[in-house]
Amino acid sequence: MSIEATTQAGSTPQQRERATTIFEKGAPGRRAFRAPALDVPPVEGLIPDALRRAQPPRLPEASEPEIVRHYVNLSKRNFDLDSGFYPLGSCTMKHNPRLHERVAALPGHARLHPLQSPRRAQGALELMFNLQEALAEIAGLPHVSLQPSAGSHGELAGVLLTRAYHADRGEERTKVLTPDSAHGTNPATVTMAGYEVVKVALDAAGGVDLGDLRAKTDESVACLMLTNPSTLGIFDQNIEEMASIVHDVGATLYYDGANLNAIMGYSRPGDMGFDIVHFNLHKTFTQPHGGGGPGAGPIAVSDRIEPFLPRPQVVRRPPWAPNGERASANGGEANGGPPVYDLDERDGPDSKSIGKLRGFQGNYGVFVRTYAYIRSLGAEGLKDVSEVAVLNANYVLARLRAEVGDRLPLAFGERCMHEFVLSGAPMKKELGIRTLDLAKRLLDHGMHPPTVYFPLVVDEALLVEPTETETRETLDAFVDAIVAIIAEAEDDPEIARNAPYGTPVRRLDEAGAAKRPRVRQAL
Amino acid sequence: MAGYTSVTPEDLEHMLAVIGVGSIEELFDAIPEGVRLGRPIDLPPGEPEQAVYAELRRLAARNVSAEDEITFLGAGMYDHYVPSIVDMLMSRSEFLTPYTPYQPEVSQGGLQVMFEYQTAISELTGLPVSNASVYEGPSAVGAAAYMAKLANKRPRVLVSRGVHPHSRETLATLAVGYGTTMGEIGLDDSVTDLAALREALSDDVSAIVIQQPNFLGAVEDVAALTEAAHEVGALVICAADPLTLGVLEAPGNQGVDVCVGEGQSLGNRLDYGGPSFGFFAATEKHLRSMPGRIAGETTDADGRRGFVLTLQTREQHIRREKATSNICTSQALNALGGVVYLSWLGRQGIVDIGELMLQRTHYARETLAGLDGVSRLHDQPVVREFACRLDVGALDGVERVLERCAAAGVNAGYALGRSYEEHGDGLLVAITEQRSREDIDRLAAVLGAAVAAEQSVARSGAGVSS
Repeated sequence: MSIEATTQAGSTPQQRERATTIFEKGAPGRRAFRAPALDVPPVEGLIPDALRRAQPPRLPEASEPEIVRHYVNLSKRNFDLDSGFYPLGSCTMKHNPRLHERVAALPGHARLHPLQSPRRAQGALELMFNLQEALAEIAGLPHVSLQPSAGSHGELAGVLLTRAYHADRGEERTKVLTPDSAHGTNPATVTMAGYEVVKVALDAAGGVDLGDLRAKTDESVACLMLTNPSTLGIFDQNIEEMASIVHDVGATLYYDGANLNAIMGYSRPGDMGFDIVHFNLHKTFTQPHGGGGPGAGPIAVSDRIEPFLPRPQVVRRPPWAPNGERASANGGEANGGPPVYDLDERDGPDSKSIGKLRGFQGNYGVFVRTYAYIRSLGAEGLKDVSEVAVLNANYVLARLRAEVGDRLPLAFGERCMHEFVLSGAPMKKELGIRTLDLAKRLLDHGMHPPTVYFPLVVDEALLVEPTETETRETLDAFVDAIVAIIAEAEDDPEIARNAPYGTPVRRLDEAGAAKRPRVRQAL
Repeated sequence: MAGYTSVTPEDLEHMLAVIGVGSIEELFDAIPEGVRLGRPIDLPPGEPEQAVYAELRRLAARNVSAEDEITFLGAGMYDHYVPSIVDMLMSRSEFLTPYTPYQPEVSQGGLQVMFEYQTAISELTGLPVSNASVYEGPSAVGAAAYMAKLANKRPRVLVSRGVHPHSRETLATLAVGYGTTMGEIGLDDSVTDLAALREALSDDVSAIVIQQPNFLGAVEDVAALTEAAHEVGALVICAADPLTLGVLEAPGNQGVDVCVGEGQSLGNRLDYGGPSFGFFAATEKHLRSMPGRIAGETTDADGRRGFVLTLQTREQHIRREKATSNICTSQALNALGGVVYLSWLGRQGIVDIGELMLQRTHYARETLAGLDGVSRLHDQPVVREFACRLDVGALDGVERVLERCAAAGVNAGYALGRSYEEHGDGLLVAITEQRSREDIDRLAAVLGAAVAAEQSVARSGAGVSS
């Protein structure tokens, strides 16, 4: 199904048109919004002149049809998952079910105010409580906070929880360990949380080097942050040994949940010895990525970390008694009433909570979609997700190794979990095209390229994650496209070096953009 | 097979043969026995789409949303009208389903939206540079204080008590990590106490944090506070309500260094608190130390205008432990909603909507203050939200009044005593453009009756049920 790759420039009139912003469209006095009529007696001077805005902000002046046409045409200059294959490694670009958008838009969810009394937000709290329970089961850890807004936010929560845990024990620790293959957010988070980053080397098989880990682990270490399977797509078989090395010095083990899509139904971070886990609901649980957010990064933790969880926490309590008071703890469900859900502010005098990480309760709209997904798939479906994700990745890998393995070898090992890393180093040396060129040429085949130049430990890295929702035909078309690009480069490497051709714009001058930044429209 | 996978038995046989294994299970051999789950995940079986829809609908029906009552609840998120074109554009596949624009040649739509968004935020705040958005309001305050710490290495921030309690609490949580201590500046007649601020300022203060309008609805004299902070070289971080910036002077024009805030009121749903977006704008010199994604203009190989993610050397995926922030995701889709909303509102509309809120809020404030047992909490200028006092004792009494109002279909606002112990009798009331004079008159009738009823019960000394 590969689109015949073009070397012709931009194919539609909209694509050839010079980009103009909404600020360059419209005309003075033009407008879309009509304010409701003023229905109260007008009063002058409500804001003192000194505090009043002298010059109104120069927002666009455009009609509604102009605005719609502008943004619809802009949308056509995007590649998206609904249109084509998007094997961006570590991002889990799986299908986004439209049921989720429908249920998230129900006014009972979408127009619910976050400070609504818990008594009148029982549906939302029930959903959040059930989601906490489901995520706890999937993680194999008993306590969940839904609050963090993204994976990186969950990481920050996790490291701050570690700090609070050690502080509570009167311990001061200064270092956090991360392997060379870690996501960039891990070391950046460590710095923000006030620790020193210590890198742990990888062994020849792409796993954490146990000798190096032992050498660097002592009582100044607060935490080891790990992804398993790693960003190399390899399940680290030494995980039990690593957990005991880290736990022996009293440090915590943190699980970056970016790769959870590989193991559901087979293994759980809690079973591996992790103390703290973050989920990427926009990866494993298919919140649409939105062109770069929103996401959500709930965390699950073990009993010893629980006292420090952020506030508030969603709890299930015995029902309210008819007089409005909460029934006593032993009254509740035994009396036959339905359970009542509530927000526990964890702000009592004995609270050890690290506090709030953001406003309100978290990205509820994302929770609604995740909940719908878990209810649609159930236990069997989640296991099927991981099985097919791993099957699809290994199928693509096997074909690529057989057909272009000499140019694009697998960086480590023989097989993979849900994603794998190829090295473009031989291709660069022998054909003179870089991984970047291959990626750009894939755009002419109507596909989004895999992640490039990550992880950093592999030269000319190409990180491929097909996900479970792609058909075998699409996977074959992707392999065929890679094979075709390499064959084409054997003849004429210039084609790839100058790709892409059929996209709305060609290669962009990124260095120039950074040198003289223009980050807003001049008005 | 369940859900959204598509492997047929023939596919499976073929794929396993190509891989060279006998079963899918074999692909999981790398997982050691000791860490295997060894049983099914303990979750209910999956359901067909219509059953899941029915369950989510049942849960929605257990919530009382802004659709079901006349609401005056604000305190950080507001029931503004979301125009239909925002829903339409935010649900387009081309905006909904891509990732962060790592391949700019096929992401010009999203990148240009970011560039337009940055322009709109820059105009609103009166500051020259904006990023492409951060998670939400309170964490944006925390991110701004971190940037200030990176900029001047000073160890302390001073935070006005008028700043949203969630922002203050979030800042306190994050500051533990980056080693900044916090001091609080109290309020004098419901605005930041300028004399107390001057007293507390010294050259170890990295930044002050203020909010416009503040949590009690009062308009702050941002210029005076800024001047005081700048005298000792401290930066000024102002959390602003973006929809009031058609009528209130832009913080950037009053000298602040960083303006952040919650973007929900710009075309985003309430969504029980998220997702929305946080905006983050600053003076030019902070451009290279800002957190988050930034889109920049450039040209392509053929000289055509185009957009890219720029200044990425600030970011975690390049700089790792030396990055200026760990933020990876922005809130691109929500920011799209924001810039479409601002385009729809337009140059005149941002003033018109501010003026309408100003007039109706004044009307509501006067009307409520005319009720028996209700008085103003302060006389400061207000735009969309104001605070009043209910003569019903402390927080418990206010909450019982709110319950009575709710029973009459009116959500009267936020009990201030939940966040300010000195205002146990306080009520914070928000008037968006969706609340007409008729709605406000209805609030007055219901609230007046509820206060009277509460006072009468209290006088009779009886217990109260709700």
